[in-house]
Amino acid sequence: MFNIPLFPDSASTFAGRVDALYFFIVAVTSFFAILVVALVAFFAVRYKRRRADEVGAPVHGALALELTWTAVPLVLAMVMFYWGASVYFAMAKPPANAMEIYTVGKRWMWKFQHVTGQREINQLHVPIGQPVKLVIGSEDVIHSVYIPAFRVKMDAVPGRTTTLWFQATKAGRYRLFCTEYCGQKHSGMIGEVVVMAPGEFQQWLAGGPATGSMSEMGQKLFTDLACVTCHRDDTTGRGPSLAGVFGSQVTLQGGRTVTADEQYLRESIVNPQAKIVEGYQPLMPTFQGLVSEEQLMQLIAYVKSLGTKGQAPGQTAAPAAEGAQAPGAADTVTK
Amino acid sequence: MDTATAPTQTNYINVAHTAKSWLLTRDHKRIALLYLISVSVFFMIGGLFALLIRLELLTPAGDLFEAETYNKVFTMHGVAMVFFFLIPAIPATLGNFLVPLMIGAKDLAFPRINLLSWYVYVLGGLFTLAAVIGGGVDTGWTFYTPYSTAASNTHVILTGLGVFISGFSSILTGFNFIVTIHKMRAPGMTWFRLPLFVWASYATSLIAILGTPVVAIAIVLVALERTLHIGVFDPTLGGDPVLYQHLFWFYSHPAVYVMVLPAMGVISELIAAFTRKEIFGYKFVAFSSLAIAVIGFFVWGHHMYVSSQSAFAGLVFSFLTYLVAVPSAVKVFNWTATLYRGSISYQAPMLYAFGFLGLFLIGGLTGLFLGALGLDVHVHDTYFVVAHFHYVMVGGTIMAYLGGLHYWWPKMTGRLYNEGWAKFAALMIFVGFNLTFFPQFLLGYMGMPRRYHMYPEEWQVLNVLSTAGATILGVGYFIPTIYLLWSLKKGEVAGDNPWGATGLEWQTQSPPVTENFPVTPVVTEPAYAYAHQEKRFA
Amino acid sequence: MPNGHAAAHHEALQHHFDSLQQQKDASTFGMWVFLVTEVLFFGGLFMAYILYRTWYPDVWLAASHHLDVTLGAFNTAVLILSSLTMALAVHAAQTGNKNGTALFLVLTMVLGVVFLGVKVVEYSDKFTHHLVPGPTFQFDAPYQRTAQIFFSIYFAMTGMHALHMVIGEGIMLYLLVGALKGRFSAAYYTPVEIGGLYWHFVDIIWIFLFPLLYLVGHH
Repeated sequence: MFNIPLFPDSASTFAGRVDALYFFIVAVTSFFAILVVALVAFFAVRYKRRRADEVGAPVHGALALELTWTAVPLVLAMVMFYWGASVYFAMAKPPANAMEIYTVGKRWMWKFQHVTGQREINQLHVPIGQPVKLVIGSEDVIHSVYIPAFRVKMDAVPGRTTTLWFQATKAGRYRLFCTEYCGQKHSGMIGEVVVMAPGEFQQWLAGGPATGSMSEMGQKLFTDLACVTCHRDDTTGRGPSLAGVFGSQVTLQGGRTVTADEQYLRESIVNPQAKIVEGYQPLMPTFQGLVSEEQLMQLIAYVKSLGTKGQAPGQTAAPAAEGAQAPGAADTVTK
Repeated sequence: MDTATAPTQTNYINVAHTAKSWLLTRDHKRIALLYLISVSVFFMIGGLFALLIRLELLTPAGDLFEAETYNKVFTMHGVAMVFFFLIPAIPATLGNFLVPLMIGAKDLAFPRINLLSWYVYVLGGLFTLAAVIGGGVDTGWTFYTPYSTAASNTHVILTGLGVFISGFSSILTGFNFIVTIHKMRAPGMTWFRLPLFVWASYATSLIAILGTPVVAIAIVLVALERTLHIGVFDPTLGGDPVLYQHLFWFYSHPAVYVMVLPAMGVISELIAAFTRKEIFGYKFVAFSSLAIAVIGFFVWGHHMYVSSQSAFAGLVFSFLTYLVAVPSAVKVFNWTATLYRGSISYQAPMLYAFGFLGLFLIGGLTGLFLGALGLDVHVHDTYFVVAHFHYVMVGGTIMAYLGGLHYWWPKMTGRLYNEGWAKFAALMIFVGFNLTFFPQFLLGYMGMPRRYHMYPEEWQVLNVLSTAGATILGVGYFIPTIYLLWSLKKGEVAGDNPWGATGLEWQTQSPPVTENFPVTPVVTEPAYAYAHQEKRFA
Repeated sequence: MPNGHAAAHHEALQHHFDSLQQQKDASTFGMWVFLVTEVLFFGGLFMAYILYRTWYPDVWLAASHHLDVTLGAFNTAVLILSSLTMALAVHAAQTGNKNGTALFLVLTMVLGVVFLGVKVVEYSDKFTHHLVPGPTFQFDAPYQRTAQIFFSIYFAMTGMHALHMVIGEGIMLYLLVGALKGRFSAAYYTPVEIGGLYWHFVDIIWIFLFPLLYLVGHH
């Protein structure tokens, strides 16, 4: 009770940037708040009504003043806008070498799976100094991943795949919250992020009972669900070959092209009719309800492991095109 | 005090005494009183739920309620306060009473529709109350899909129906105000002679008629999705839950301005009356209301920076959000400048206006934190947001509402309230409010999420402070109820113009007659023409 | 208000207006404001329409083929004709032609009923073909799930429109009674005029709905 924190831990590369913007806005707003309060107080005392029949002076206004106090706030607002946007775009663009961790929100727990296969629930181990990209989905309603010490947050939207990235800077245990109201135990949908030195992290990663890497599990599913019968690695299949598809530009029926990012892969599995690749028939049935959100993530990891454009298969990396698209899926409503 | 000097002339209150004469009245002033009573009921319900929330949050563990109950409590707090108190409070009570009086009209353009709007409001309220009594609803006042459509097993449809129906009452009121302000102004009452409260009411009405239909349809779609699983918001059927957020905020962000614009209008009236001075930069204040109403329609996406909308959309919404901040700043500067060389009186309504300035200043300025994309990512859906919108919607709107109620109380009832108690209540509300909500900014920046039934222990001290503040605030809100009701019987007779204010409403008797003015007034001077009227006070 | 005061005091003049002209201005302006609200009622649905049509162009194409273009076109013609008869009713009221007003109002109502009758046929056809969203919904592969969204929007939009038509019929009935009682004259025909505004608005909404829903893919 005697240790009353008033400021959050700072444990990611974003924390300093967000705090700097925060203090800048605190400074600007405090200046104006104090200015206005001081003026109001001064006027209130100085121009207190002295006689019952007194009236105010005939002051109508002053154009110069009006323009000044329109322009000055406008300029300051634009500075805040620009600064806020630059931080946001940095948050929206994961570096190419980010380590991916697949994240699924489910009432009321967070499930994480590392590329190497380790699973965690309500606990997330990450190394210091390594950019980490969470690929986020939801099994049921909307949730939101929030790590205050990192100053990052992203919704887990059912039907979509979203991403969030950070780079931890300080070892320790930090709180993880769900910040999108999700029902009864919303306030119990919490966990912790354990930030470790890279060596310790590698040890931890090696120590866990892994059941095979994400892509291996995805490959198994790919076979079990008979995806492989149509999606062959040559062009003879009834479905397009998936080798090197991730990160590439896919031409759809009607000539439109889309970037094959996580969201596209996800949609192609659960809602295959939404986008038909040029030259193929809309034959694929939906796998909505047949695969869980986690299995979807494994399938996506597998397809990614089939190589990205210009890269040897087996290497996972964030697509170059991801940078323009963020955070998460583009939203057609506001386009 | 002396009942012998009670007003004996006919007025809109004593003209008829039967229940029917009230329930079937078409007089905008009587309808305003009907609204006053009903929004007060919802304010008390919403306030009760607020106290329950603060009680639960006294301790980090969820030991007062079950999680489910707590979720219902904050949902019903939000629903009652937003849809049934804050949105109608100023427009439907003060606005209804004052808009015709201020422009020199005998009534609103469509008196029957005005009465209908009250019945629609009551009907919507009854549905919502039925949902509360029948077990409540737990979706949060925002009814986000797919939780509201696929997961919640509470009275979503009944509550939604209540909100849907009451939406029509604000459409009808807004519609009535727009037509009235366009077509019913007294001779000589040009647009730029209108009191600023009328300008604010006009801007508010525009939002009400343009935004409300969209949220009404969104709620209908939620109900259909829930009953028939039509797929529009259901991702497993190919629908998009985020579409709901767009439809909801398209209305609900402008709705924030429905709550605060009329409050700004009230403040302009109060500051003019208690400085006995024209509002500095009248046209800038008037047009800033319209600017807020118009730009306010294009900022809804700032509620969705982390909802997976594209970064480009976020950029546009952030930019527009900063634009809409400017006209609010302009208003604050103009009010401050109005004080310069005024004749400032510290009567109770002016204390509320000072309170508004302080609280709205903090509420508005903290909006700048939330508009910044990269910073909002951190504070979105935390107590920082909770504190921000309470500063604007409670600190701003309720302060102005109470200030306005005190200022026009003599006109509405013919009686003066106890000045000492009124000043005491204003002070108590101001102190209680800050103690309640200021700690929440700190909690929010540390990351305390909103809608949490339990929270980490290290945040308890600030939460205890907040609950203590809420207790003071609750008492502060209760005191006016007592002395205002008391004044109805025992209050000093006010006279037609107890403040020496300009404005047509002060030129007719208190309380006014049914048709407001014995003779239609002719307006020959701008609003707040105090400078020419020194002789009036001699 | 029984008149007998000044000549300006028409019996239709309500107490809170200064003149019949002011009353008419207020009513007409009020109807325009109301129609703006109405546009926004449909606005949310149009937004949903645009979103999903962009997402699922092929679904839209396939689902739209299950709507009967002939019936839709017939109904469009019926409504355009009813707008004409409504305009003629307003004109008759304006010129003080009591019988003409009544006649054209009746014709407008009949055309409205024809429209709604055709709508009933179309809706029941959707029922028999399991195209009504809900548990019984069925659609051919591959669009068995997403086609439901098209039909949800179809029913929401046309249902809202039909509701407006039903309300319009009520307004026509009210006007017809007034016309038969001789309540309207060349000096006072505001109700007919604003009733007409409403009717034209409902027609215009349909003019948008028809191509958006029925003619997807018809170039």
